[in-house]
Amino acid sequence: MLYYGMDYGVASPACNRYQFNSAQAPCLRLTGGQPVLYFSRRWITTMTAALEIKNLHVSVADQPILKGINLLIKQGEVHALMGPNGSGKSTLAFTLAGHPAYKVTAGQVIFDGQDLLELAADERSRAGLFLAFQYPAAVPGVTLAKFLRQTINSRWQAKDPESKGISIPAFRRLLTEKMDMLGIDHKFAGRYLNEGFSGGEKKRVEILQMATVEPKIAIMDETDSGLDIDALRIVSEGANRLHDELNMGVLVITHYQRILDYVTPDHVHVMLDGRIVESSGPGLALKLEKSGYDWIREKYGAAEEV
Amino acid sequence: MTTFTKDAVKKLSASLNEPDWMLDFRLKAFEVYENTPMPTTKDEAWRRTNLRLLPWNEFGPSINGDAALDAEVPSFLGEQLTEDKTGGNLLQIDGVTKRYDLSDELKAQGVIFCDMHTAVTQHPDLVQKYFMTEGVHVSEGKFAALHGAFWRGGTFLYVPRNVRADAPLHTVLWSVNGRTFTHTLAVIETGAEAIFMDEYASADGEVQGLHNGVVELLVGDNASLIYAGLQDFGTNVWQFNHERGRVGRDGKLDWVTSIMGTRLTKAFQTLELDQPGSWGRMSGIFFTNGRQHLDMDTEQNHNASNTVSDLLYKGALREKSRVVWQGMIRARPGSQKIDGFQANRNLMLDKTARADSIPGLEIEADDVRCTHASAVGKLDEEEIFYLMSRGIPRQTAVEMSVQGFFDPLMRRIPFEGIRTRIFDRIVEKIG
Repeated sequence: MLYYGMDYGVASPACNRYQFNSAQAPCLRLTGGQPVLYFSRRWITTMTAALEIKNLHVSVADQPILKGINLLIKQGEVHALMGPNGSGKSTLAFTLAGHPAYKVTAGQVIFDGQDLLELAADERSRAGLFLAFQYPAAVPGVTLAKFLRQTINSRWQAKDPESKGISIPAFRRLLTEKMDMLGIDHKFAGRYLNEGFSGGEKKRVEILQMATVEPKIAIMDETDSGLDIDALRIVSEGANRLHDELNMGVLVITHYQRILDYVTPDHVHVMLDGRIVESSGPGLALKLEKSGYDWIREKYGAAEEV
Repeated sequence: MTTFTKDAVKKLSASLNEPDWMLDFRLKAFEVYENTPMPTTKDEAWRRTNLRLLPWNEFGPSINGDAALDAEVPSFLGEQLTEDKTGGNLLQIDGVTKRYDLSDELKAQGVIFCDMHTAVTQHPDLVQKYFMTEGVHVSEGKFAALHGAFWRGGTFLYVPRNVRADAPLHTVLWSVNGRTFTHTLAVIETGAEAIFMDEYASADGEVQGLHNGVVELLVGDNASLIYAGLQDFGTNVWQFNHERGRVGRDGKLDWVTSIMGTRLTKAFQTLELDQPGSWGRMSGIFFTNGRQHLDMDTEQNHNASNTVSDLLYKGALREKSRVVWQGMIRARPGSQKIDGFQANRNLMLDKTARADSIPGLEIEADDVRCTHASAVGKLDEEEIFYLMSRGIPRQTAVEMSVQGFFDPLMRRIPFEGIRTRIFDRIVEKIG
């Protein structure tokens, strides 16, 4: 008699119920003498990874910035997060990415079934969460190609410590394809990462990284700032393509409606003073574009920004 | 009791079947050695390097180096010799040649590339003319004199007028008995060009070792030399080096130094820009850990107008290691329109390490541009976070960042195999 089960037995090395990272195929094992067909949870939930933020409080240098954020982003959905400067949008992005300066004082974040806050920054990335930075750091001495190859190799090696990583020809093909998609000159592969790049070049390279690591959910922190209209279109097309092809979920952090013309949100949220105060459909972004944030401030009684 | 005696000089010279002129040279050098006191911290150049713990009586000359010939050389060094395309290879153990080849093409062009003892026998005119006459002088200090008396092994490179030796030359000097006195003499004649990689290394050993080397790089008018001196001795070795590069009219010297090993290193490196149009670039790469002590004295001497020098020394420090860099740019009286630059940047990976960076200028001319910079930095945590945020584990991110720190200088080493090996050593040292 064959039973079907899902993760109810004790954890075993062969079929580990806590192993959510790999899309492990169903496996057969004996439990109490009975053959049971197990599905790893990740395998079942491949199409429905979600980022669930519950009552998140965050302080920076003992200064409370986020004061109870609640947000649910499912794979395949596009969310926009708007709000005036200083409302905490970037703090949320950095916290989710695991920056050590951002201290979570209360709340919970579940990503694809795991406690995200337990994971180091690199583990979060490998689990499928991506942050496109507003101001990416320069890494002098490390070429873009070397860096991108390492992002792939780190993933392979996390699964198999013996892995030699992606071969150079295979990586070259992949890089060429992604660079062409984003209209990035191939010469950039040999340049030091972000060193001397213009604002627009940095943003394109952020999306190139996103396209290389293929996240489940991506946060784009003011990716539109400093981009001319052509660059904005190319960058948005890149994000849309990943959304369509990989069912990637997106959280677009922005001040402007402009990027939302290209990356169309299913949901729009407005942040004010460390909280999400309004959540609605795409119409909300248009309203903010037209009327600004004053009515939000009035309605929710936050002090004017200094 | 010291074994650096006059009898030992004679014994060494006899064992090498040297001509009288070389024996005389050695004996004169020995006299200078005897009459020069051991430097102390009262000497300006030695202020930051105390030789109190130097186990002088454990050292001695390398007379019976031949015994080391059977010794094994690490396989990576062997592979290195064949991996990259070269014009010539020389492998020595404790100053005795174990492997040697020179391409027919370079031979036909009249290039001489051989061990120093062969040069003494086969090219006496050239050696007599250039050996410690234009580059390093015996009178420069206790260790220059010691070297003059007891030098053993090393490489002689001679590139005749207008010969372009395109294929690089490569020497590996491996030490087993921990007593090496190798001499590098490169003479690049007018209009000639060469690329020369000079490596010296040993395994970690129990017994205290000594390396007392001299490097002389003589670059003629319109000539060009790319030279990389790469040191990776065990941490049981004490190193005392005198090195000088001399550049003629419109000549070019691209000089890379990498220092990874030794318990203590004191190195004097001097660039002499003798004629208008002389150009020299000095690049230093070093990484110290444990209790390593590294003291470098560099000089960029602009002895003529319209000369350009560019020095960049970069190092990473860990644990209780200490690094001293003291640099000097000199413009001789009347040397106008000179451009001199020196910079030292240190990456402190641990708070317990210490670096002293002492740039200096001595300008006796008025129409000059001389600048210096020194900086001490830590790992950039924003950079590490950025790399980690892309799925790269912290350890790998740190390794990438440190390698990145050195990368611009590493690119100046024209061998992929050697670059990879130094990068591997850097990763090993990060721990």
